[in-house]
Amino acid sequence: MSAPLIESRSRRTVTQGSRLLKALHLDGPMLVLLAVTAGFGLLVLYSAAGGHTALWTRQVARLGLAILAMLVLAQVPARFLRMLTPLAYVAGVALLVLVAGLGEIGKGAQRWLDIGFIRFQPSELMKLAVPMMCAWYLHDRPLPASLPQTLAVLAIVALPAGLIAEQPDLGTALLVAAAGLLVILLAGLPWPWVFAGAGLAAAAAPLAWFFMHDYQRQRVLTLLDPQSDPLGAGYHIIQSQIAIGSGGIFGKGWMNGSQAQLEFLPERSTDFIFAVIGEELGLLGQLFLIGLYLAIIGRALFLANECKDTFGRLVAGSIALTFFVYVFVNTGMVTGLLPVVGVPLPLVSYGGTSMVTLLAGFGILMSLRSQRKLVRT
Amino acid sequence: MRRVKVKDLLREQRTFQLRAIIAGVVVAVLLGAVAGRLLWLQVVRHGFYMELSQGNRVRIEPLPPDRGIIYDRMGRVLAENTPAYQLTMTREQVPDLEATFARLVRFGLLEAGDLPRVRQLLATRRMFEAVPVRLRLTDEDIGRYAVHRHELPGVELATRMARHYPYGPVGVHALGYVGSISEDDLKRVDPSEYFGTAAIGKTGLERSYESMLHGTGGFREVLVNAEGRSVESLAGGQPDLRVQRPVAGGDLELSLDIELQRVAEEAMGEQRGAVIALDPWSGDVLVLASTPTFDPNKFARGISIVDYRELTMDPDEPLYNRALRGTYPPGSTIKPLMALAGLEAGVVEPSDTRFCPGFFMLPNSRHRYRDWKREGHGTVDMKEAVMTSCDVYFYGLAATLGIDRIHDSMSRMGFGKPTGIDIEGERSGIMPSTAWKKSAFKTRETQVWFPGETVIVGIGQGYWTATPLQLAHATAVLATRGPHFKPRLVRAVRDPTTRESTPRPSEPLPTIELKEPGSWQVIVDAMVAVTTGPRGTAVRAARGATYSIAGKTGTAQVFSVGQQEKYDEATIAERLRDHALFVAFAPAEQPRLVVAVLVENGGHGSSVAAPIARAVFDAFLAPAPPAEPVP
Repeated sequence: MSAPLIESRSRRTVTQGSRLLKALHLDGPMLVLLAVTAGFGLLVLYSAAGGHTALWTRQVARLGLAILAMLVLAQVPARFLRMLTPLAYVAGVALLVLVAGLGEIGKGAQRWLDIGFIRFQPSELMKLAVPMMCAWYLHDRPLPASLPQTLAVLAIVALPAGLIAEQPDLGTALLVAAAGLLVILLAGLPWPWVFAGAGLAAAAAPLAWFFMHDYQRQRVLTLLDPQSDPLGAGYHIIQSQIAIGSGGIFGKGWMNGSQAQLEFLPERSTDFIFAVIGEELGLLGQLFLIGLYLAIIGRALFLANECKDTFGRLVAGSIALTFFVYVFVNTGMVTGLLPVVGVPLPLVSYGGTSMVTLLAGFGILMSLRSQRKLVRT
Repeated sequence: MRRVKVKDLLREQRTFQLRAIIAGVVVAVLLGAVAGRLLWLQVVRHGFYMELSQGNRVRIEPLPPDRGIIYDRMGRVLAENTPAYQLTMTREQVPDLEATFARLVRFGLLEAGDLPRVRQLLATRRMFEAVPVRLRLTDEDIGRYAVHRHELPGVELATRMARHYPYGPVGVHALGYVGSISEDDLKRVDPSEYFGTAAIGKTGLERSYESMLHGTGGFREVLVNAEGRSVESLAGGQPDLRVQRPVAGGDLELSLDIELQRVAEEAMGEQRGAVIALDPWSGDVLVLASTPTFDPNKFARGISIVDYRELTMDPDEPLYNRALRGTYPPGSTIKPLMALAGLEAGVVEPSDTRFCPGFFMLPNSRHRYRDWKREGHGTVDMKEAVMTSCDVYFYGLAATLGIDRIHDSMSRMGFGKPTGIDIEGERSGIMPSTAWKKSAFKTRETQVWFPGETVIVGIGQGYWTATPLQLAHATAVLATRGPHFKPRLVRAVRDPTTRESTPRPSEPLPTIELKEPGSWQVIVDAMVAVTTGPRGTAVRAARGATYSIAGKTGTAQVFSVGQQEKYDEATIAERLRDHALFVAFAPAEQPRLVVAVLVENGGHGSSVAAPIARAVFDAFLAPAPPAEPVP
């Protein structure tokens, strides 16, 4: 009888595999989910790029780089990450100030720092450094934090978020702010404060309107009435809804979306790629992706809860929920629920920096989680 | 009693767990909302959107504006828009692609080397799109195409508007040119305004007045079917298609006189250099020439790599605008201004004389500053010093004035700073001073200003550099005896729709007031002597003129000659030969035109540069006087 033999051999392979994963501080289910999502993303991008193979191969290369970043960061001991946090934060803020200064000279939006062979966006670093700094600050203080402490954390968030919003890069500023605020929420900010804060934010909305750039106001107005500006900001929303709606349940088929392939849909390989999925792969394709995202977020929250110290939990939880913010803001924007904000669809949209940051975040999450076996608290 | 909070790890973990669960629920609810939205769009409203995506849709086609036309001061067209012909290919109408390619190559309409690029281009476009396969058809090409047209189904001639410069290379350094839009260009302008535009100003006026010349783009909505093919509007049932007409750019009326410009460029011949002519009473620039020139039409039509490389690799640097960007030692051309500075400072009187033995020595120094005339000029007063261009006189004057007084006086005339002409790229040159040397050099030893450095500034050498435009600009003050204007090329902007022309008033600079106004005439007389006096350096060039010329020659050293050596032109390589300069205005009593000429490595100002200025004066003053009023 050979069947049991094969079974036992395969079981042995599984145990070896899980041992290897453990040695490398990796989480099997999470790896599988990320791989499936990234693979699905490449498939969609191939179609969205309209046979632009160079663009597609570049994305594959960036995915490779992002995976490498994740694997490397997962190996860094958690206490090291914690020690490096203030350094990373201060360096990040300094770079943001530098970039703002250079932008002043260059007279225009400046987000990049050109360091010879690579162009680096300091605001991407802040997506991770800000929540880590918040957690670093709260980690050895009794929680829930007192009012002055909470205000201190808010200051930690506001400084870089404000600098990034000035660039102006509203999408990234939003993600950085969300990552920091999520730490405060997860640390157990008392509910009355949460609601008071939400109320305050709602009351401050008209004030924000006052500070917005004209094009940002236009985007908000356009959301309310896309037909008001069919050539400008409204064009994106109208075209992406036509793309999604015309896809139906099963879609028009991969590489067959007329909206996407005939270039009616703007930014179809970057921020609006979710509409391509809707048109070509239909409701089922989109729900499949949303299901994957939900599983990733769920698994990440689960892993966060497994962390044995406050720093780990707060950072991991923030990384999990920031990922959700990406997903929600992008899909909400593409489906016309939210105003147009430049936030990519994680692991799917074309563009290297956000992918590297995302997978680096998951690397950190895995490193923090693997801490539990090494340190007893 | 004060309560001390302690860290309760277990409680923190429980709090986190609870919050994480709540967050998970919120995540699920919000993603559920997105899913709900998808259901609404894709299931409930599917029919509606399907119809929208399948039916005829509106595609937006940009309508580029007409670029403004540029006229010279007489209303002659210098830059216009003319139709340019290109060859297009529509793949679905071509029965046999390869055979058509072969024929195109055989008829000389396409080069074999271009085929891979064309194939690639066709592959990325839709079947029914007319893809341009060759830009810039010549008249001959069009003729050959017409003959073989029946053999080339699917290949058509298409026209587009392209910039054309009727005078070709004449005045190219003032006009500049347009070229295809690069990524760098898009940073300067609003890209949404340039959707349908093919070209943008790259240099000269075309660049500096880009926002005025370009106009405002329009658009047109066209109906396309599900394949993207343009279809005719069906009667009724279709939405109104909107059209927004583009608004043409403004026309420019220049101060430039293109025929005078041509005279100047022809007088320069094959030599490298620059000629500036301006009206001292308004700052109007009539000639802005830099040679060698090049044909801007090549750029406007889309320059080939071979042609472009030829221009950039040319050792004579035709693309380089010497009139604005070339900085040269001004040489003896500044001696009249130096004399004026001396009079103003009260350190010299016109009648004061100095003996010129052929060299000058500073007290306590044995270094000999040589005069251009080895045997010396003997005893000279101010007028004779300017007329014969005696170096020794000005060595001494400069040493008495000191560098900072020279700097202050020359700065008032515009040296060391941009003149503010209305095209980009102007250089400042250097007007040295003790403060300048401190900031320009790094170490303490090199920051010290030496008296010897002042001496050679007296004859426009040393650290002093100026552009030909600055020389003309400074000489204009002598012509007007005080009033000074910012040089400018655009006199008026014409609205293309109303044809109404809005003049741009000339911009006065602070008038130069002298303590002793009589000094102006002393200097002008000395400059007239240069062209009329017994030993004047420009007498030959001015012979036979029907008007009086006040001028000054200059010969600027590129290469320094050792103390005991003798300068020998023949043995020195052409590129190390002196620059020849000449500045002048005429008529001397009531000046109408200021001219500055620089010939790189030309040798002597008197024999090389002055005749070029004479040609410009003759063309402007000697024929029937121009119709415009003289201020």
